[in-house]
Amino acid sequence: MTQTDAPDAPQLTQTVYRIEIWPRTGEADALAHPHEETVAQRFGDNANLRAASIYLIQSPISTEQANQIATELLCDPVCQEFAVGVSPISDNSGSVEVHYKPGVMDPVAQSTKSAILEMLSSTGLTAEQLEVTTGARYDVLGATPDEAALTEFAQASLANPVIQDIYAKAYHPESFMTGTPYKMHLTHVPMRDLNDEALTKLSREGHLFLSLEEMKAIQDYYRKAEREPTDIELETFAQTWSEHCVHKTLKSTVLYTQPEGDDAINWASRPGHEVHEDGSVTINNLLKSTIAAATNKLMTEHGMDKWCISVFVDNAGIVKLDDEDAVCIKVETHNHPSAIEPYGGAATGIGGCIRDIMGTGLAGKPIANTDVFCVAHPQQTKPIPTGVIPPKRILQQVVAGVRDYGNRMGIPTVNGSVWFHDDYLGNPLVFAGCIGMIPLDKCFGDPQPGDHIIAIGGRTGRDGIHGATFSSAELTDTHADEFSHAVQIGNAITEKQTLDVILQARDHEGGPLFSAITDCGAGGFSSAVGEMGEKVGAKVVLDNAPLKYRGLSYTEIWISEAQERMVLSVPEEHVEKVMAICASEDVEVCDLGTFGYTNDAGEPELILTYREQEVGRLSMPLLHDGIPTPTRKAQWTPGKYQTAQSHPVADKPSDMGDALKTLLAHPNIASKHWIIRQYDHEVQGGAAVKPLTGPNQDGPSDASVLRPKLNSNKGIALGSGLQTGMGEKSKGDSYWMTLAAIDEAVRNVVCTGADPSKICILDNFCWPSCDKPENLGSLVRSAEACYDGSLAYKTPFVSGKDSLNNQFTTDSGEVISIPPTMLISAMGIVQDATKTCTMDAKAAGNILLLIGNTTPAMLGSHYTMSYSDTSRDMTVPRTDLHDGPCQAAIVAGLIHHSKVVSAHDCSDGGLLVAAAEMAFAGGIGLDIDLTAVASTGKLDDVSAAFAETPSRYLLEVKPENLDEIIRLLRDKQIPFGEVGRFNDSDKLTVRSAEAGQLLEQSLAELKAAWLGTLDW
Amino acid sequence: MDKPRCLIVRTAGTNCDMELAHAFELAGASTQKLHINELIANPAVIEQFQLIGFPGGFSYGDDIAAGRIFANRLRHKLMDQLLAAADRGVPMIGICNGFQVMTKLGLLPDPHAGKQTATLADNNSGRFTCKWTKMTVPSNTCCVWTKGLTELELPVAHAEGRFVPESDEALARWNDKGQIAIKYAADDNPNGSTADIAGVCDESGLILGLMPHPERWVHITNHPQWQRKSDDFKSQTPAGLKMFQNVVEHVTSSSPATV
Repeated sequence: MTQTDAPDAPQLTQTVYRIEIWPRTGEADALAHPHEETVAQRFGDNANLRAASIYLIQSPISTEQANQIATELLCDPVCQEFAVGVSPISDNSGSVEVHYKPGVMDPVAQSTKSAILEMLSSTGLTAEQLEVTTGARYDVLGATPDEAALTEFAQASLANPVIQDIYAKAYHPESFMTGTPYKMHLTHVPMRDLNDEALTKLSREGHLFLSLEEMKAIQDYYRKAEREPTDIELETFAQTWSEHCVHKTLKSTVLYTQPEGDDAINWASRPGHEVHEDGSVTINNLLKSTIAAATNKLMTEHGMDKWCISVFVDNAGIVKLDDEDAVCIKVETHNHPSAIEPYGGAATGIGGCIRDIMGTGLAGKPIANTDVFCVAHPQQTKPIPTGVIPPKRILQQVVAGVRDYGNRMGIPTVNGSVWFHDDYLGNPLVFAGCIGMIPLDKCFGDPQPGDHIIAIGGRTGRDGIHGATFSSAELTDTHADEFSHAVQIGNAITEKQTLDVILQARDHEGGPLFSAITDCGAGGFSSAVGEMGEKVGAKVVLDNAPLKYRGLSYTEIWISEAQERMVLSVPEEHVEKVMAICASEDVEVCDLGTFGYTNDAGEPELILTYREQEVGRLSMPLLHDGIPTPTRKAQWTPGKYQTAQSHPVADKPSDMGDALKTLLAHPNIASKHWIIRQYDHEVQGGAAVKPLTGPNQDGPSDASVLRPKLNSNKGIALGSGLQTGMGEKSKGDSYWMTLAAIDEAVRNVVCTGADPSKICILDNFCWPSCDKPENLGSLVRSAEACYDGSLAYKTPFVSGKDSLNNQFTTDSGEVISIPPTMLISAMGIVQDATKTCTMDAKAAGNILLLIGNTTPAMLGSHYTMSYSDTSRDMTVPRTDLHDGPCQAAIVAGLIHHSKVVSAHDCSDGGLLVAAAEMAFAGGIGLDIDLTAVASTGKLDDVSAAFAETPSRYLLEVKPENLDEIIRLLRDKQIPFGEVGRFNDSDKLTVRSAEAGQLLEQSLAELKAAWLGTLDW
Repeated sequence: MDKPRCLIVRTAGTNCDMELAHAFELAGASTQKLHINELIANPAVIEQFQLIGFPGGFSYGDDIAAGRIFANRLRHKLMDQLLAAADRGVPMIGICNGFQVMTKLGLLPDPHAGKQTATLADNNSGRFTCKWTKMTVPSNTCCVWTKGLTELELPVAHAEGRFVPESDEALARWNDKGQIAIKYAADDNPNGSTADIAGVCDESGLILGLMPHPERWVHITNHPQWQRKSDDFKSQTPAGLKMFQNVVEHVTSSSPATV
């Protein structure tokens, strides 16, 4: 933005106009609507709420012009009315207002400003003469609450004090706060003479979050260089070496020990593993020796290199779709920002993941989003600790964040789940995924020396400073205050515009206009330019970044995590063309410098300048390879993992019907329609299996299938697996938990029609502090399961992410650690979307087959989470790595040959839950015989009904196909049982040879239980 | 004759332009997407098109109100050209955000009223809703797009789709003139629209705005229950595609005015 201070312009007085927009009397009040219930609870049944949007406009315009803005732009002539100034408050009522804090991203204010400028362009009004902010006014009518009560209501329900201010009376300032210009001051940080204690203090107080070893490595460098670091250099180390950016735990060398006699894992002949005489194991680079090793093996020994195009090296993993295009996928977490500001945290979580796709190869086009949330139970019996947002509000806000960002971007959000566990109370998990399509000849990019560093999209502000380092630290009760600046708020439309520009530049006739692209995520420019310039070096002129407001230091510009920014490496001859496309789409662009700088030793280096002064100079090899990698200790100690929070559970159900309804109503299992319906899962026009299915669009699909190309029937299936219940918090084992998650992810996509030989998977580790050997021990077991599972199912990992400090320390010092959580995401190729399958039962007379053995092991099952039934076998179910893949292949073949009319993954809740879902989703009665459930040993009715043994599928088949299918299953030695028959009734009935009839329930009643829990 | 040319108008936040173009192309038109900035720079280009589409999305983020800012820009810069196209008999469609834009621009239901006579307000539920809904086409409608359709299903996906007329008189007039082009089934009104109105057209029946998305029902696998349907159902033309075919046919059979 250029300053316009024409000397002949008269000095105009700036006035702040306040415009209130109210719904007309009798009209719906969208702002007030969500809070009606709360208002009645707080202020009595007679109280009701009215709300207005407020626009504050600071400009030298006339009152007539302010009125024109209100009439033409802000107020709907049919259903709204407006007031300029403060409209009087009616008697017997109270009023409270919420306004954004200065500097917080306010997309509505930005749009309004642009619209006013265009409206009044003939008057010569300039951008410098106009500022807009927005807020809301809430009038509580029919009650006279005092200021304190109103403020408390606003804090609890209307505002987040991290980003908004609350006013107990009308807010109408005389002028807006403005930043003061930054005064250049080059800061050096003396560290060469610091002792260990002082280094640790510097790391913590400077919010660097580097370990002592890392601080010493940096100190060493500057001692040799005979100078002190500048602040920006130190920050660059902190960003680049953060857990978030470099995954130092997963890449470290680990010495692992376990109790004698543990037989779950076969430690022999694993790549990068060294088994010692005492049974301990040294693992060199955990990630490389497990997850990446499996993918390498699949690519080199099993021909997967033809299908996997790019794994682990880029912002997303890429696999082939057809002969022209590839699909890429990325899933990551945004946990800590979501704990403090759930709406902004989740929105920027999905926004960042979308940018990863835009920054893959030479830019992918986003085609689908996924989301998984882990939160505490909405109804908490214990008081909520200080600094914690109640779980129901967290869930509502994270859903709203994903909704508003994904829908605005025009990307269908098609798959997800929610897992409830009370130990997520202070540290909820927010996983966001994005899938993109990319032409096969545009899957790779490399910056060339001489290319310009072009940044496009949003402006740089103070938002999100220290996001990368903060996400790598653990949460405490003071984090909301200390790190409020780490919160980012997104603007989805800026990102959509940026995407429009990038795709035009990519598909430019004559070839792409850029040689490489990446997104500004954690660490901002420092990470983006640092990574792109790793091999060629770069010089950055920090003055050139457009800023949201004045006052940013050079370091703040460098590490700001302001959203919606992409960095492109653009050859000199294309710079003007890129600038022209940006101008045509109203997208901001800046030239930050050039790639191609090496030091005297020939190493690529990073040079940073500001106001013609060098503020930083670092060697790229040191930055990227200099991080010390100490050996970390890992110890698996079964049974040591404590649950801090707990929910009271009943001893035993009164009968099987009671148990089934309880499980259907369990929040993990209950319908997620409240979430799904708020996401546009139809946009882009390719949804072939939707997240909700069946005649009433309310059956829970196992996965979603999309046709990314509207003129082709080739599809992709998206699903996920999450088996947190089998982990350590319930005395389980993360090895079996992770295998079950891989198996579940595979089953989900297979049930809809994915080709099991073309399924790629992603890992997302969310663990409590891995500085503790027992937590790292459980992490190691999970990584080993990834290796075994990936090889057994021939599902290569193509990308992944970890978040390893997920715990919350309350003000009384209690540490609540999350349950070790492993999300496996799966993307499978569907050869023909017109042969996909859904889970809703199709017709009376059809037979229900249960594929796979059932075992009595019930640890981690929803039955044992709901009842402390001591008669159960409380061992963890083991995934059979021979049967699992065989069963997946058989089921996929039956679906592909249209021998199956519906298919459903039999997992959370067990057989009866999955079968009931099929029956009520299709509205077709079902009779089940538990005696027919296949098992190698003895199985009682409760286990047959509710065990969650992995690798099982429920298939609905027509009677005329039954013989052929049974022959095939017997031929392949697949265990199965004819467990049920669909009928004309409106009931589910269950019986067994031993007990006779066990259950008779109407489908409507079962469905009501399932729909009710999360019907918010 | 050459394929009719369809202009797809886009701006910041438009996001259903790809599937709208696809639907027009399946129906036999050729399409070109142009950003409003290009149209403002060269308004005469509008004369080269025989069809105009305003796609769905979140133009300018739905900031202030859905479609408002886009409508304001069009009113200040391109209203004359759009009215001229209407007078030439160029069929237009506004879907979802496109409908919100056309309504707030005053292009629908009465292009020559010179003001906004209806609005699309927040859904009664207060939130965004995405689902397939049952629809009916009033028998007296003059709409060219919905000709031949009586009952159909289409997906809705919006937060601000509740149709509100400025007055009962206006509503009665639109009813009388057959300007109600498509309605939600009485038991499947997803947003609380007055008289279950899902879409309205101008007096000529050529300019249509509707909240549901016909461009999302052009291939058998779009339907939410296609796996349950008979082979007969699967062989029929999807109702959404039929709407695009209706107008492309109308344009091709009319005199080739501006080819």
